Amino acid sequence: MVAFNLPLNSRIGQGQTFKAPAGTKRVRDFKIYRWNPDDGKNPSTDTYEIDLDACGPMVLDALIKIKNEIDPTLTFRRSCREGICGSCAMNIDGGNTLACLKPIEDVKGAVKISPLPHMPVVKDLVPDLSQAYAQYSSIKPWMQADSPAPPDGERLQSKEERAKLDGMWECILCFCCSTSCPSYWWNGDRYLGPAVLLAAYRWIADSRDEATGQRLDELEDPFKLYRCHTIMNCTDTCPKGLNPAKAIGTIKQLIVERQG
Amino acid sequence: MRDVRDALMTARNSEGKLVRRPLSPHLQVYRWPISMALSILHRVTGCALGVGTLLLTWWLVSAAGPDEAFDRAQWFLGSAVGLLLLFGWSLALIFHFFSGIRHLVWDSGIGFEAPTYNTSGWGVVIATVVCTVLVWVVGLVVW
Repeated sequence: MVAFNLPLNSRIGQGQTFKAPAGTKRVRDFKIYRWNPDDGKNPSTDTYEIDLDACGPMVLDALIKIKNEIDPTLTFRRSCREGICGSCAMNIDGGNTLACLKPIEDVKGAVKISPLPHMPVVKDLVPDLSQAYAQYSSIKPWMQADSPAPPDGERLQSKEERAKLDGMWECILCFCCSTSCPSYWWNGDRYLGPAVLLAAYRWIADSRDEATGQRLDELEDPFKLYRCHTIMNCTDTCPKGLNPAKAIGTIKQLIVERQG
Repeated sequence: MRDVRDALMTARNSEGKLVRRPLSPHLQVYRWPISMALSILHRVTGCALGVGTLLLTWWLVSAAGPDEAFDRAQWFLGSAVGLLLLFGWSLALIFHFFSGIRHLVWDSGIGFEAPTYNTSGWGVVIATVVCTVLVWVVGLVVW
């Protein structure tokens, strides 16, 4: 449902400030969303003053520095620190991206960080992605084929057929796109969202998959697919430079063609 | 029906007690790209046109009626408030027209690439401003 305001328990209060040591030259404020399920309080924004001369270049470097040196209670997901695992997806400076790929220098003024938008918060910067994962599994993200595979090897593709998957197999399911989409904010219970629709199209476009018609039929639904109103936030925010909006547009076209 | 996502809003804290999770900030933090602003404007102008067309219908109907009715409509539409409403209506119509063309082009599978959708967005804004000004300059000169 559309709700422009946050629920009462989600309104963000004033938090603590962690000062940089005196004499620090290049200080940058990091304003970070905090919520702890154990203290019974509303979320708050804590401010950390970071010495940029003693910090790596990326936002994730600053988060790790805070956790290691200033405040070990800060909770966030991270793993590969090179944009391939999708763990550190969060809202930085008003846009969704991966903290490990976002240079601090790209942000003017204080670096504001909050969890992926319009999601239930587990703790601090960690959102609950169960709904998104369940939606992902609902589109059956695996190859479906009735015909048996060749006895002597794999199912082969031509170079052209394989090239159709470019721009889709690279998706790391960080859900930056889905959680940037106002349509997904308001109708994420039934709208699948750009990440899952991109994944759906990845299998529709696969020459080896034999369930194309079935996949299209399942997507033809006022909510699952057609809540996309070409707002373009998904494509605008994807940290991997992919184009979910185009994939969704192509699915819509294929459904029209299928209906003749 | 209550939103099924509500189930994910409940969790247990470290002591096993049930707690209600907060919803992470969305509109409160998101920086609006041009396309997002134009998308909601397209809907807003669509709704506004529905209402504005009633105004136009009233004008046409009163033109078919007695002179006094038409004079009354003419007087209202020519007043400051009437002109402001007409200006808003024409702005909404012209914006919705160009923005609608942008959506039709998308529906034909074109214009999803990175610089293109920003360029087309600004194109809609510029075309709207230029055409609205033109319509009013011509309108006011003829009037």
